[in-house]
Amino acid sequence: MTLPASLSRDGDVRHHLLSVLVENKAGVLARVAGLFSRRGFNIFSLAVAPTDDDRFSRITVVVDVESAPLEQVIQQLDKLINVVSISQLAPDEAVERELLLATVAVDAARREEVGAQVEAFGGEVLDVGDGELTVMLAERPETVDEFERLLADCRIVELQRTGRVALPKLGHSGGA
Amino acid sequence: MKLTGAQALIKSLETQGVEVMFGLPGGAILPVYDPILDSSIRHVLVRHEQGAGHMAEGYAMVTGRAGVAIVTSGPGATNVVTPLSNAYMDSTPLVVISGQVATSSIGTDAFQECDITGVTMGITKHNWLIKRAEDIPRTVAAAFHVATTGRPGPVLIDIPKDIANSQMEWYWPESEADLDLPGYHPRTTGDPAAIAAAAELMLAAERPVLYVGGGVLKSRGSAALLELAERTGFPVVTTLMARGAFPDSHPLCLGMPGMHGNYTAVTSMQRADLLVALGSRFDDRVTGKIDAFAPGAKVIHADIDPAEIGKVRVPEVGIVGDCRLVIEELLTALEALGLGHDRRGAAVEAGSTGRAATLAAGRPSLEGWWAQVGDWQREFPLYYDTDDEAAVKPQMVVESLRDLSPADTIVVSGVGQHQMWASQYWRFDYPYTWVNSGGAGTMGFAVPAAVGAKVGRPDKTVWAIDGDGCFQMTAQELVTASAEKIPIKIAILNNAYLGMVRQWQEMFYAERYSEVYLSPDLPDYVKWAEAMGCVGIRAETPEEVAPAIEKANSIDDRPVVVDFRTDAFEKVFPMVPAGGSNDAIVVHPDQAGARVAR
Ligand SMILES: Cc1ncc(C[n+]2csc(CCOP(=O)(O)OP(=O)(O)O)c2C)c(N)n1
Ligand SMILES: [Mg+2]
Repeated sequence: MTLPASLSRDGDVRHHLLSVLVENKAGVLARVAGLFSRRGFNIFSLAVAPTDDDRFSRITVVVDVESAPLEQVIQQLDKLINVVSISQLAPDEAVERELLLATVAVDAARREEVGAQVEAFGGEVLDVGDGELTVMLAERPETVDEFERLLADCRIVELQRTGRVALPKLGHSGGA
Repeated sequence: MKLTGAQALIKSLETQGVEVMFGLPGGAILPVYDPILDSSIRHVLVRHEQGAGHMAEGYAMVTGRAGVAIVTSGPGATNVVTPLSNAYMDSTPLVVISGQVATSSIGTDAFQECDITGVTMGITKHNWLIKRAEDIPRTVAAAFHVATTGRPGPVLIDIPKDIANSQMEWYWPESEADLDLPGYHPRTTGDPAAIAAAAELMLAAERPVLYVGGGVLKSRGSAALLELAERTGFPVVTTLMARGAFPDSHPLCLGMPGMHGNYTAVTSMQRADLLVALGSRFDDRVTGKIDAFAPGAKVIHADIDPAEIGKVRVPEVGIVGDCRLVIEELLTALEALGLGHDRRGAAVEAGSTGRAATLAAGRPSLEGWWAQVGDWQREFPLYYDTDDEAAVKPQMVVESLRDLSPADTIVVSGVGQHQMWASQYWRFDYPYTWVNSGGAGTMGFAVPAAVGAKVGRPDKTVWAIDGDGCFQMTAQELVTASAEKIPIKIAILNNAYLGMVRQWQEMFYAERYSEVYLSPDLPDYVKWAEAMGCVGIRAETPEEVAPAIEKANSIDDRPVVVDFRTDAFEKVFPMVPAGGSNDAIVVHPDQAGARVAR
């Protein structure tokens, strides 16, 4: 290995997406989270769930590359015994999705209008209550950002995002 | 064959080849202590679990095998946290077994419950909480594999009491594939392209230094290093963790770099145009202010831990691999470029042709560099003031110990001034003869680590050079040493102070001494030694030093403690003030007038 290409971090990308395949064992998430905190690496978002193979889970983590060189984050993560493999997904090489759930206050007069906007985003109205709607959207994170701004027009009662999950785009191979 | 979990654990350790473990029993680990009575494994009963951990470290550092410690749950387990952290910093292979409350009680704040896998997550290479007795043999085998391969380190196995009592069918994992470690694949051989690039850089260097760290010892790479140094004629510095990896008496050896390194080792790195870092990690105690460290040097960095490459300093060439294998690969690559056996830069063509041969033949001479190095060595040798003939100088004690003890004596140290003097003034000519706490700087390491070292190498003389402050932290393990007939020798450099801290307060806090005075005679170290079953000797004048050492060296049936009443005002020089550039190295005041040749 000569100088790894990713040691020179590219100036304009602040966030990096790592898709980390881990053993599906007790305490693995604590190991990963503990590593980030003790090495001073910042996490923007994190999503974990078992994969189709129940021996493994996948952690999709968005890291702030300003807090440490990405190569260092990857190498330290890779030292965790329960980490099986890590792929680094550059935003243009990944398909990413994030899920948003929100309950917003909407009076009866605007219900139709808000419902239509939600549908225009590809979202769904999941629940209708007295002066409230619960809506959801599963989309690219930037679209979810826009959607969230739209919702801010109404009063947001509660809002929850999952953090992003991602897989490599077909035809590209993930690094590391 | 049906076994209890406890029997399976002990049988697993036996199968793994464990010959000794250091520990102390208690409630949660009780089931495991029963089969120890019938085991071939020697158990050394410690007086404090911290002692067990450091003994296991000392054992591991001199034998290269994993040290084993065994403790009970709760306070037993937390007492071994310091050694785990110490071993993690110094990459020492340890396997610690802790008892845990029964699985049904976990999470209930049961008596002596402690989430020790949680506590030690950040200071172990890995740890396991065993939940089924049938997992025991596989986990033990995996634990030893993880502790001793790749970058070595400590691991912990936590075993709940009910699991130790339950039944399992005995088996032993046949191969690595059975260890259930899908994410663990340490890389050992260097990338050939990187090796070739490194060899070319080495042949172009005019002011090279081999910057040797503990990884060379872990990889058992001393012989290969000797060949690399002699073949290239490059000067060698050995870090605090690497003392003994290259013989101090070899003409290519410049000694220890770093905060209390000698002037030549520090300054040659600062002026180098190439640093070949072998199993070293650019620790802040070596680099000083990192931005000002070796500003003109290209760096080749070989380490088995990929995360070390570029962590502190981005190298021109990074090589992930086992140091010994990488050095051997470098030797082959240098040979291919025409550098056969030679010394001190007088290039010998090994009959190769074309570009390769010209590279070695056209290699810059190192004569100018060696002349410069020689000037530094002559102008700034290690030095201490001997004017006061009545004072027992700590450096003189170390020199006397060195001169009056076998050349291959194992030297163990605590942390503080005495540690630096031991490293500076001993002559380390053999690998695995220096045992100290480097990365963590754990006071109290010396006495138990010396016990462990002596258990690992009973054929060798083991001298601990300890501070009075350090000694008081773990001295009770001399009771263990006496009871177990482990005849170690302890030299207390008794300066009546937490000397290293006193030195900083003198130099950087305007001589405002805050909580550093201990007293030379409280405790009475001789009486204390005797109470612990050791021979106690005191040396208060320079004349008494040699006879005290000779007497200590003549005793081999019990531990010996020598209380050397040393000069309290002596400081460690040279010194690079913390956070400062290595260029700002402060030499002894008597040397400060010497011409600085640069
Ligand atoms: C457990 C621990 N506590 C505190 C320190 C900070 N410390 C470093 S050196 C030192 C003084 C050691 O005193 P002594 O053992 O007498 O050695 P000396 O420096 O006098 O040779 C202290 C307190 C430490 N390294 N480890
Ligand atoms: Mg002292």
